[in-house]
Amino acid sequence: MAAVLESLLREEVSVAAVVRWIAHSTRGSEDNPGEAAALSSLRPLRKEFVPFLLNFLREQSSRVLPQGPPTPAKAPGASAALPGRPGGPSRGSRGARSQLFPPTEAASTAAEAPLARRGGRRRGPGPARERGGRGLEEGVSGENLPGAGGRRLRGSGSPSRPSLTLSDPPNLSNLEEFPPVGSVPPGPAGRTKPSRRINPTPVSEERSLSKPKTCFTSPPISCVPSSQPSALDTSPWGLGLPPGCRSLQEEREMLRKERSKQLQQSPTPTCPTPELGSPLPSRAGSLTDEPADPARVSSRQRLELVALVYSSCIAENLVPNLFLELFFVFQLLTARRMVTAKDSDPELSPGVLDSLESPLFQSIHDCVFFAVQVLECHFQVLSNLDKGTLKLLAENERLLCFSPALQGRLRAAYEGSVAKVSLAMPPSAQAVSFQPETDNRANFSSDRAFHTFKKQRDVFYEVLREWEDHHEEPGWDFEKGLGSRIRAMMGQLSAACSHSHFVRLFQKQLLQMCQSPGGAGGTVLGEAPDVLSMLGADKLGRLWRLQERLMAPQSSGGPCPPPTFPGCQGFFRDFILSASSFQFNQHLMDSLSLKIRELNGLALPQHEPSDEDGESDVDWQGERRQFAVVLLSLRLLAKFLGFVAFLPYRGPEPPPTGELQDSILALRSQVPPVLDVRTLLQRGLQARRAVLTVPWLVEFLSFADHVVPLLDYYRDIFILLLRLHRSLVLSQESEGKMCFLNKLLLLAVLGWLFQIPTVPEDLFFLEEGPSDAFEVDTVAPEHGLDAAPVVDQQLLYTCCPYIGELRKLLALWVSGSSGRSGGFMRKITPTTTTGLGAQPSQTSQGLQARLAQAFFHNQPPSLRRTVEFVAERIGSNCVKHIKATLVADLVRQAESLLQEQLVTQGEEGGDPAQLLEILCSQLCPHGAQALALGREFCQRKSPGAVQALLPEETPAAVLSSAENIAVGLATEKACAWLSANITALIRREVKAAVSRTLRAQGPEPAARGERRGCSRACEHHAPLPSHLISEIKDVLSLAVGPRDPDEGVSPEHLEQLLGQLGQTLRCRQFLCPPAEQHLAKCSVELASLLVADQIPILGPPAQYRLERGQARRLLHMLLSLWKEDFQGPVPLQLLLSPRNVGLLADTRPREWDLLLFLLRELVEKGLMGRMEIEACLGSLHQAQWPGDFAEELATLSNLFLAEPPLPEPQLRACELVQPNRGTVLAQS
Amino acid sequence: MILTKAQYEEIAQCLVSVPPTRQSLRKLKQRFPSQSQATLLSIFSQEYQKHIKRTHAKHHTSEAIESYYQRYLNGVVKNGAAPVLLDLANEVDYAPSLMARLILERFLQEHEETAPSKSVINSMLRDPSQIPDGVLANQVYQCIVNDCCYGPLVDCIKHAIGHEHEVLLRDLLLEKNLSFLDEDQLRAKGYDKTPDFILQVPVVMLCPLAVEGHIIHWIESKASFGDECSHHAYLHDQFWSYWNRFGPGLVIYWYGFIQELDCNRERGILLKACFPTNIVTLCHSLA
Repeated sequence: MAAVLESLLREEVSVAAVVRWIAHSTRGSEDNPGEAAALSSLRPLRKEFVPFLLNFLREQSSRVLPQGPPTPAKAPGASAALPGRPGGPSRGSRGARSQLFPPTEAASTAAEAPLARRGGRRRGPGPARERGGRGLEEGVSGENLPGAGGRRLRGSGSPSRPSLTLSDPPNLSNLEEFPPVGSVPPGPAGRTKPSRRINPTPVSEERSLSKPKTCFTSPPISCVPSSQPSALDTSPWGLGLPPGCRSLQEEREMLRKERSKQLQQSPTPTCPTPELGSPLPSRAGSLTDEPADPARVSSRQRLELVALVYSSCIAENLVPNLFLELFFVFQLLTARRMVTAKDSDPELSPGVLDSLESPLFQSIHDCVFFAVQVLECHFQVLSNLDKGTLKLLAENERLLCFSPALQGRLRAAYEGSVAKVSLAMPPSAQAVSFQPETDNRANFSSDRAFHTFKKQRDVFYEVLREWEDHHEEPGWDFEKGLGSRIRAMMGQLSAACSHSHFVRLFQKQLLQMCQSPGGAGGTVLGEAPDVLSMLGADKLGRLWRLQERLMAPQSSGGPCPPPTFPGCQGFFRDFILSASSFQFNQHLMDSLSLKIRELNGLALPQHEPSDEDGESDVDWQGERRQFAVVLLSLRLLAKFLGFVAFLPYRGPEPPPTGELQDSILALRSQVPPVLDVRTLLQRGLQARRAVLTVPWLVEFLSFADHVVPLLDYYRDIFILLLRLHRSLVLSQESEGKMCFLNKLLLLAVLGWLFQIPTVPEDLFFLEEGPSDAFEVDTVAPEHGLDAAPVVDQQLLYTCCPYIGELRKLLALWVSGSSGRSGGFMRKITPTTTTGLGAQPSQTSQGLQARLAQAFFHNQPPSLRRTVEFVAERIGSNCVKHIKATLVADLVRQAESLLQEQLVTQGEEGGDPAQLLEILCSQLCPHGAQALALGREFCQRKSPGAVQALLPEETPAAVLSSAENIAVGLATEKACAWLSANITALIRREVKAAVSRTLRAQGPEPAARGERRGCSRACEHHAPLPSHLISEIKDVLSLAVGPRDPDEGVSPEHLEQLLGQLGQTLRCRQFLCPPAEQHLAKCSVELASLLVADQIPILGPPAQYRLERGQARRLLHMLLSLWKEDFQGPVPLQLLLSPRNVGLLADTRPREWDLLLFLLRELVEKGLMGRMEIEACLGSLHQAQWPGDFAEELATLSNLFLAEPPLPEPQLRACELVQPNRGTVLAQS
Repeated sequence: MILTKAQYEEIAQCLVSVPPTRQSLRKLKQRFPSQSQATLLSIFSQEYQKHIKRTHAKHHTSEAIESYYQRYLNGVVKNGAAPVLLDLANEVDYAPSLMARLILERFLQEHEETAPSKSVINSMLRDPSQIPDGVLANQVYQCIVNDCCYGPLVDCIKHAIGHEHEVLLRDLLLEKNLSFLDEDQLRAKGYDKTPDFILQVPVVMLCPLAVEGHIIHWIESKASFGDECSHHAYLHDQFWSYWNRFGPGLVIYWYGFIQELDCNRERGILLKACFPTNIVTLCHSLA
């Protein structure tokens, strides 16, 4: 490998030839024959060149970049060891395999942890080299040449293997490769390998207030607490987990502890640099960065060449992760100082060009020079970064110093950039709204299921609210706090249908809370706001103090964070884990798959090159937003689908090997994929919709377990993705090809995927270059989604927050430099989220449909959307219209038929089921009208809607065609539904009406019949019924006693009360039937008390009884109320109940005249029939009475009965006659 | 009438072991002349109900029932016209209506073959004339009309008050031209939880403390005082359920509430003691 680099450096071959050689092995013949010859001999090594180069650069830079977040390089195998230089750096076969996912970041949850920990699994087992990069000096083993003892899989042992060597059985007996879990392999010094751990942004609790500025400086190696890396790396899991620690709970606790331990141990910034000696840095920032001077670059030409090769590799997508390389380059650019080489300070001889013997980077100047060289080649990518990054780049004085031209271009790019990326507002939990169409009783199999789901919805939100309140509290634990409640709730979901309802709710809530960029928390980790990117450098001092007070070290995911569930997503992840319900997971996967298919197939607007005026710009805003919403939804759904689908296969165990792996492979290859992602990917590529399909697919795959990439099915997918990756050369832009930012997004997500620990590291480099077939076999539509500018920086950064790490590096650089200007406050602009409008599907068939398609082809996409939208809505409204008119009429008919039936069949009306059948058989045939009515409705309504929604200048012919199509589609939709469902609908509504009517028929006859409202002039000022009941109750309680001697009512009060009662009964505004019933009953009680003279009267002393005349007047008022004002029945028979009549028994002397008066009036007013009263009196005789009372009662009966029924009322006569008779009675 | 927790507790303190009679209410009104009667009655009723819930069980042991029944029988034998049952209830600190029910049940058990059904008992309490024993009928009736916290009459009054305030609220909504769906309409559509009103177009209620105001999707009318106990029960059974389905909304406690309970405004549950005046609709301000 090094030979290639060396021959390059010796200018034996050109950079272009080398790149061609790497990229396209088959086309070597085009090259200069000399070059070809030089390279062809090296052909077997071709595949290893890039990993070699990357590792070489990483190692070369190790003296410069000991501090700060080092760049991981997932470049397998090829070590940068130089042939013929036995003492050269040797890392064993895993040379530069770095730890991609530091436990710090990965430890957030147990679910993620296994993934992350596995990242360390394949790494070399040796304890990490102490920070500070002694790399060059460490290697001792000369035997340890590349490939010599390494895993053949990625070594040079089988470079010509035509395909992926995945089937190559791993050597289980090799303890180095497969160390026992938990053991510390006795790695010789030469086998240790550099650990390029991504460190959290260095903030540590250990920093005391007196030396806050040391944080970003590079500590000398000696002061690094060596415990940290070794503590982490002794276990091949990257975490010092004790064996046997398996339970989720335990693991979580462990992880939490581990994380805090690591944060405390975070070595980088903690130590002041003794080297620098005394003046402990003051806050002003003391550590001087080594200035970089273009004039002092040591081997310019060599650096230029390497930079060119490196840049070309990046440009050709020969490196796995574009942004990782940029991150590395930024690190070089912002390197603070060179660590003084200790052992052998090599004589810097500027002339040395011919070999790699001398270090590539001999000084900061070299590093910066190299970095700027590379950046110059990638200006296009840089110029597409967000505005904040551009500003920092443009302001970087090193860049200005080394390449004023590049700086100028960047400044111009910054000034022209509109790519402000904003942190979205944190979303507030908004509940999924209740939709009767899907959520009402009719959608459930039973009442019980309906009510269970009702409760579940409430429990779900209760849990969600509790999580919102508590999840940020230290010590709060999801499982402990909510687990049992969630499982209890899941336990109630017995019916399969309930599961699907709940899953729908769950999924909708998930989309609602997390689909917006803000839902992801806006940062990599979500939980801790990314303060660094929000605050400028001049704010940092304050920030540190604040952080120290909060004791919450800043953490950051680095350029390759593991898949996480930031923000609200954590709730849903934990919910799934806590629920641990097989049924729920299955339903969830079904539902997620369905939704993914639906969204992935959505007819998103396609770019129209012709439409370039200002108007279309407005359209594009909307369309871009729609695309972003769809894409983010898809990514979210796919992430959860991946999470749930691969959940059963993931665990803390190491990936299986050997026979075990074979058997697992054999088994797993039988299992059909949860969603046919391969087909979806193939179709997406064919239809040039990769920009939509690939990002969600990547999310899905990021949760795959270790076995997945080994399965044929998924291997095909990875190969497709690799080919796609290679084909996305950013510099190749042409009409109809993919847009730049679209490519950038795909490169970013794919690059990220290739760094996921479960993806075999050799996959990337072993795969052949893009097959030509890849380009050709796309029978693409003229303008696929890929060619449309659907991705903007906001979306790019939302999908790939790790790109923001670039800016953080630059910001750190600014913050570490005293006196440097800087500091920018990012404005937080809320982003609006849009709901996904229901997208219609094409239902038309046949010629007309084809014509319609053709019609739309040459029209703006908004026309099609409008027509489809109108058709969809009108069709749906049509169904509702039919429901409200035809069906409602039929229901009314049913009700009247039912009434007739009830009249003829008597009170009970017969069996309800039978009644229903009769009614339905009469009414359902009328449903046939529905289709005609529906057609008419669509014809009437659609054209107007289309007209209103289309621009006015739409040509008449286009408009009428659009109208016709809308009418047709709407009619089709409506009629399809109606013809299938109208009978069932009528049945259902009639059934509801029948049960309603029968219920109304029931025990409360008062509810029946029309009730009069109050008169039109009524102003509703009458006393409230509740007030009256309460007042009358007070009178009753006074009358019944016990009462204080001074308690009583005045006759005026009683009169007033009855007057008010009249008002209330006449104003029906506030009166409800139960209140009226009670008022009626109370009025009867009151009458009885009046008759029995039991009401204690307040007044001039001694007058303790109501005057006869007054009593009679009050009774008259009551009679009139009963007659005129009560609309419900009045229980007048209570007047003759034994209890009320018995009240008379207590009065001495007994006075019967009022009762007799009352009875006569009742008959006279037609309130009670004579017979009825006779019956009541008759039954009174049966009660037990004191002897004399029974006699008097009998006399009363006789008196009443003796009177001939009066043909007409003779009130006056009664009033005159009765007192006497009463007296007689009383005296008898 | 929004009370602070301290004010509320002062009132509640005065209600410990006070029998639910006219006289008690009168005294309470004299003690707190500045509070509205309806608020005082509502608080009284709620405090008393809490008290009864706490002590309910001890009155329902078979020993207790037996002893009450014997005391009742002895009492009415001595003097059937005396308020035996009412006095007994007050003496043992139990609601008169509930005591009446207890004794009635016991009485029917003794005199009927089968245990009386709940509906029979309820019907007899509503109309004591149906009670076969005249003396007991009078005693029961006396208990019911003298109980201001329990019993069919009180239930009816409460129901009526609730209904009246819903009507009031409906009128206010109509007056403000806010279109809504009421409970019955919602039920007909098959909603599983139905607030009194769902606004078809949400409004914003402005308040001095919240810059953006509060969105209101639904309104629930509560013709009672919002104390901690009832509010939490309502939150759990109703308000959060409404929020879960319809988003943020407004609860009107017509008889006031404890100020401190209005702490879920940001979350989307707003408390008021009257119809809000500062409402902004989609197109214009009603101010």
